[in-house]
Amino acid sequence: MPSLSVWFVRTALIYFASGFTVGALLLIHKGVPLSPLIWRLLPAHIEWLFAGWMLNLVFGVAYWMLPRHGIEPIRGRLWLVRSVFILLNTGILTVSFSEIFFREITFIVIGRLMEAASAIGFAIHAWPRIYPFGQYQVR
Amino acid sequence: MPTLSRWFIKTGLVYFVTSFVLGIVLKIPSASESWIFMPAMTPVYFHLFMIGWITQIIVGVSWWMFPAMSRENPRGSERAGWFVYFCINAGLLTRAIGEPLVYVYPDEPIPLLVSAGLLWLGGIGYAASIWKRVKGK
Repeated sequence: MPSLSVWFVRTALIYFASGFTVGALLLIHKGVPLSPLIWRLLPAHIEWLFAGWMLNLVFGVAYWMLPRHGIEPIRGRLWLVRSVFILLNTGILTVSFSEIFFREITFIVIGRLMEAASAIGFAIHAWPRIYPFGQYQVR
Repeated sequence: MPTLSRWFIKTGLVYFVTSFVLGIVLKIPSASESWIFMPAMTPVYFHLFMIGWITQIIVGVSWWMFPAMSRENPRGSERAGWFVYFCINAGLLTRAIGEPLVYVYPDEPIPLLVSAGLLWLGGIGYAASIWKRVKGK
């Protein structure tokens, strides 16, 4: 597994554990009310599991497993996928902490724009790596 | 494919079908009107789909396909894998009982609390057990 995929997948696992922890708190709160403020964690629970867990995992595994190019760099432009990692995770943290602490729509929109930019970046990266068997492409 | 992966993936398929059926039932107006607990089934439906189906498929495939931990012990502790399987599935089933139960009888939180504990243990157990297999060559 390339080191960038290790970063993506381990980050996904951190979000997975965090999302499950918040989910368990929300579930306990449904049975034994703890504090009304607990519900402010719901958007973070969804964000960490949908975007944090799923997208980081998908991007990391796709970067590792998709067909490689015939010449170096065999997995495409490293700077582009590094930018995707930074944009995605900065976006997730911006959205989730804004939802928990500030409820400030400006930060939420900025975070979502970062996530959208990461999605576009990843599509640009992955597109030329999706080709039939035996047909190498050069970026 | 290892036995544990087969169990995760086949159980995931059962949840896939179950959650779709529940999703259809939730859309039938007469069902929602007849059963008082139906509003509590929306989060159950969602979690049967997201944890029962999607997460279990990911867990099963990663247990099978992720880089080996070592030549002697390629997949790590199988006992830990079965523990995760038990926690996730027992947690989901107790949740499917606990959500409608606490909706109708708010003084009956035990299944929901058990579910929270089991699902949390399953999630943390999976992250901890697969962590060492997420590595370079």
